[in-house]
Amino acid sequence: MNNSLLIVLIASGVAYGTPLLFAALGELLAERSGVLNLGVEGMMLVGAVMGFWTVQRLHVTTAVALAAAIGVAALAGAMMAAIHAFLVITLRASQIVSGLALTIFAGVYGLSSYLGNNLNLADQPASHTFTAFFPSSMQKWPIVGPIVFGQNVLVYVSWACVVLISLYLSHTRPGLNVRAVGESPAAADTMGISVTSYRYAHTIVGGAFAGVGGATVTLAITPQWVDGITYGAGWIAIALVIFAFWRPELCLVGAYFFGALEALAPQLQARNITLGPTVLWTSSLPYVMTILVLVVVSSGTARRRLGAPSALGVAYVREER
Amino acid sequence: MAAEIAVSMRGITKRFPGVVANDNVDFEAAVGEVHALLGENGAGKTTLSHVLTGLYRPDEGRISLYGERVAFASPREAIDAGVCMVHQHFRLVDRFTVAENLMLGDRSGAGRSFRIDSTAVESQVRELGERYRLPVDPTARIWQLSVGEQQRVEILNALYQNARVLILDEPTSVLTPDEADTLFETLRLMAGEGRTVIFISHKLHEVKAVSDRVTVLRAGQVVATVTTADATQQSLAALMVGHDLETERRSRGGEQVGAEVLKVEDVWADGDRGAPALKGVSLTIRAGEVVAVAGVAGNGQRDLAEAIAGLRPCTKGTIRVGGKLLAHADPRDAFDAGVRYVPEDRLGTGVAPNLSIAMNLQLRSFRRTSFGPLLRLGRMRANAEEAIRRFEIKTSGPQMQTAQLSGGNLQKVVIAREFSGEMAVLVAASPTRGLDVAAVETVHSYLLDAAESGTAVLLLSEDLDEIQALNDRIVVMYEGRLSDVVNRESIEEIGLRMAGGAP
Repeated sequence: MNNSLLIVLIASGVAYGTPLLFAALGELLAERSGVLNLGVEGMMLVGAVMGFWTVQRLHVTTAVALAAAIGVAALAGAMMAAIHAFLVITLRASQIVSGLALTIFAGVYGLSSYLGNNLNLADQPASHTFTAFFPSSMQKWPIVGPIVFGQNVLVYVSWACVVLISLYLSHTRPGLNVRAVGESPAAADTMGISVTSYRYAHTIVGGAFAGVGGATVTLAITPQWVDGITYGAGWIAIALVIFAFWRPELCLVGAYFFGALEALAPQLQARNITLGPTVLWTSSLPYVMTILVLVVVSSGTARRRLGAPSALGVAYVREER
Repeated sequence: MAAEIAVSMRGITKRFPGVVANDNVDFEAAVGEVHALLGENGAGKTTLSHVLTGLYRPDEGRISLYGERVAFASPREAIDAGVCMVHQHFRLVDRFTVAENLMLGDRSGAGRSFRIDSTAVESQVRELGERYRLPVDPTARIWQLSVGEQQRVEILNALYQNARVLILDEPTSVLTPDEADTLFETLRLMAGEGRTVIFISHKLHEVKAVSDRVTVLRAGQVVATVTTADATQQSLAALMVGHDLETERRSRGGEQVGAEVLKVEDVWADGDRGAPALKGVSLTIRAGEVVAVAGVAGNGQRDLAEAIAGLRPCTKGTIRVGGKLLAHADPRDAFDAGVRYVPEDRLGTGVAPNLSIAMNLQLRSFRRTSFGPLLRLGRMRANAEEAIRRFEIKTSGPQMQTAQLSGGNLQKVVIAREFSGEMAVLVAASPTRGLDVAAVETVHSYLLDAAESGTAVLLLSEDLDEIQALNDRIVVMYEGRLSDVVNRESIEEIGLRMAGGAP
């Protein structure tokens, strides 16, 4: 039963969806404060390469190495996001241009490729990887075994993050403040809430989440490093935030849906099932879905109705003249 | 009453690039008074209040509160000292509830806890609302509220923050006459409790109705501070503009009203939010007639103007100009049929702000003047120079960027462009909003000129003075429907209709 296509798809959807979930949660934090970060893909790639580098270089126990790797990946993502924050918050550059520039700067043939090649990370298996957290006996339980107990610790951490971010945004003062900053920075500023610090903090923490998402790819899903290993997950994450109406719990559902779409092609292949003439269309499904979501929601009115923060993408200037 | 001084501003000077917005201004308001700050647009009223509330820092001068010297670096510091402001554009978070908005600024009350608990704040809002006659549902979200209710939220916010000094910037511009009267009662109540209310306005009758004293600003300087009881509307007006206002209006009604030009029949259209904004509007205007549509903003006036100008698709109904049916949502067809449109949002919709004046003046007619795909720049320039002369646009030249013009001159550019060619119908939406008295007079005279030359003029405005001054016929718009006003109803009756009451 645990081997049925549906169970396997859900279980691998959870696993494959976790990098998306981390990245989407990070993007959600930034966007809720009014900062659009299109550099997620670049931040994920830098996190992926730096996390992988850490486990290859550190000669310590697996747990310590992995914890350090996640820390380094988060820091790398945060540093990238700090550049974005400085450009768009302090210098009020275009958020779209800055985000795209960062993805190009860090992406394939960019910083992450340079680091990976220069540190000789290609074609090596990871020295430490995230494996299933619970004993294998529990994974044999029907249905919940593979889906709930067959996952690595990062999955459980991501669940905790969903709950915490959700509570933070809806039930705490700082959460209320960050929503105000994203909706109406002028109102927040008048009430003495520092628009600049809230935006910096959430953009940088958001970048750290993207970095962790990247490391999840290289340390848990495909434990190796190749150029451009995230395969556009950052872009899917950006679409996911919209798809999820800027709500963390829906990010989780969406991430697992996209994760399952990603898992669909290899699973069908493994089972010798062919749907249609080529496997190409099943493997392109996540990207096609991403494009569709972005097309549907790209009009201004649709975004407002879906619940986009009103000040998303708009720099805040206090003086009116 | 030798009252204690609440606010004292001495020698305040605030400069912006190219302008001195406040020039050595002295201002004083006592405890328990309603003090009006009167002046034309651009006289420096708002700047002065922003200096007081910490949004701007003065270049020179000193501010004291209750005898103590203060220097606010931010609005927050001002609020902490008890100085709150209700801005013209409300500083509210649309998607939050009333209570959540109040909690945002709460540093000492029930809403300051780390965990959000809105029930305590909600009950306090109800209590304050009852006491000050500001009823608002604390659990309602701001976007669900009318503009008048949103203003109440702003005032409640100030009360919730224990404001001792409350500044209101043109608070009645969004209210019906009835709502304005209620607001005045609230303000009197607050002053009676020993708070200080600073009331910014350029409307004389309001200043007369609500204030104890008036400080008049002109061109950034204080002209006089007078006790309201000793002043008349005429004397205040003279102080405000620096000369006696022309009291005589151009007489209306002598013109010949001609054939039906604009005929709108049972028009329905959806608003920006997707809900029907026009619900079966029918309207006929004859040549040489000025029909004024009164109403509070957001009742479909803009949608009607846009429907006639071909900018908003009608879901039902027809619009005819001179008997010719206008094509569906086709602004060019409307223009060719003689519809001219002076939009409410003159900077965003009326012009392309980053283009030159010459370019903007040609936006409607470049197809006729250009040589194939090539613009004839020389001819455009000559046309622009002529328009600048004819409409007395104050500018450094036709190549000046349009966004740099002042409101009145910007409106003249729009009018100069729209008045070209055969003008059958003129749709003017709030054409004088935010303009100073002199510019208002000019715009009004252009509208009347248009009517005299046989154009059917549709004026949409919230300003009842303007409507009274210009109309041949008044209709009131409320929630997407028009109702005809029986000849010469009083201002109060029109106001009642604007608020949805049937007289």
